[in-house]
Amino acid sequence: MSRKLLDLWVGFFVVIGIAALLFLALRVGNLSSANFAETYPLIAKFDNIGGLKVRGPVKSAGVVVGRVADIRFDPQTYEALVTLTIDGRYQFPKDTFASILTAGLLGEQYVGLDAGGDDKMLKPGDVFAKTQSAVVLEKLIGQFMFNKAAEGTEPK
Amino acid sequence: MAEKGSLAVIELVRSIGHRVNSSVQRLGFAARFFVMILVYSGQSFRRLHLTIREIYFSGFQSLLIILVSGLFIGMVLGMQGYETLQRYGSSEALGVLVALSLTRELGPVVSALLFASRAGSSITAEIGLMKATEQLTAMDMMAVNPIARVVAPRFWGGVISMPLLAALFSAIGVFGGYLVGVVLIGVDEGAFWSQMQGSVDFRFDVWNGIVKSFVFGVAVSLIAVFEGYDATPTAEGVSSSIKRTVVYSALAILALDFVLTSFMFRGL
Repeated sequence: MSRKLLDLWVGFFVVIGIAALLFLALRVGNLSSANFAETYPLIAKFDNIGGLKVRGPVKSAGVVVGRVADIRFDPQTYEALVTLTIDGRYQFPKDTFASILTAGLLGEQYVGLDAGGDDKMLKPGDVFAKTQSAVVLEKLIGQFMFNKAAEGTEPK
Repeated sequence: MAEKGSLAVIELVRSIGHRVNSSVQRLGFAARFFVMILVYSGQSFRRLHLTIREIYFSGFQSLLIILVSGLFIGMVLGMQGYETLQRYGSSEALGVLVALSLTRELGPVVSALLFASRAGSSITAEIGLMKATEQLTAMDMMAVNPIARVVAPRFWGGVISMPLLAALFSAIGVFGGYLVGVVLIGVDEGAFWSQMQGSVDFRFDVWNGIVKSFVFGVAVSLIAVFEGYDATPTAEGVSSSIKRTVVYSALAILALDFVLTSFMFRGL
């Protein structure tokens, strides 16, 4: 086979290989949508993060506005320090409420942000004033049973 | 009687020792061979058409088997995945299942296994036969380095082809899953693609799959050229080194896959 024809076929092979990569990147993966160009960090302190994972989504009004960048344990206050990277396009008021929620009944856990009404915005590196920890199922069941037991004794 | 028994034991110990010794020696030679390939790569890249020729033989000619098996694996994944997911009422997640299993595992692993048996074995056969017919020695006599002229282009041809073939395998597999899931069974098309895009991360899933297939490409190509170069120069020797290429490649791919997966997807 002549070298020109060989080069042609190899070129064809490389081109469709790269086309497949682009297909995987843009159509199958989310390279086009989920990469935030500019981000800034915010810190939230939780008593209990439940099953929250690094890279988990941060949502406000159901829209993904950032990702969980880092989860650490604070040995002074015995709290979890969660660093969130928020999309630079979105600013949140000072009194924004951060809570750990679950998608669906058994889905993954994410950080939900409920914006408050403050005029001042959170600056990069700020700490959320109010947070709500993850709901731990065992505690919930324990509370429910405790209440039931208390109800049972009241009428007497 | 006792004399005979002790002789047999000595023979057994000696044969075990010989096996261990020779396999460690082969491993050492393989490592030295790898370094030699890297050293002489510069020389062989100066005549780039040699490598391009090998990309044609090992990459382009493997296209058919890669594309057809990718399509069928994607279609089977679509069918089996739908069967299981619809029991839990989440058949929209079919796209996620197909895309994640292809980009993370099946794409790199199955295409590397196919590549080892399609291209690796033919590389071993070619180099082994060159050695058996003393072409490699003849090259050496003509002051042509056989590693730079014969081995390095085949090695790099395999290393370059492997990630491209794996990407093609995954892409056509996703298309096969789409064919069965959306066109045949009737899963909602929008949910199929959007859920897929929501859960497949480029850096963590697609890119790690590419890294895996690159590592497999290096392993398979190295095993193939080494077994060819180290073949006993007889018809029987060449045939047994082809057999070893396929077996060792498959073992290396699966073992490396476990190691890489435990590094890449730990805790996710």
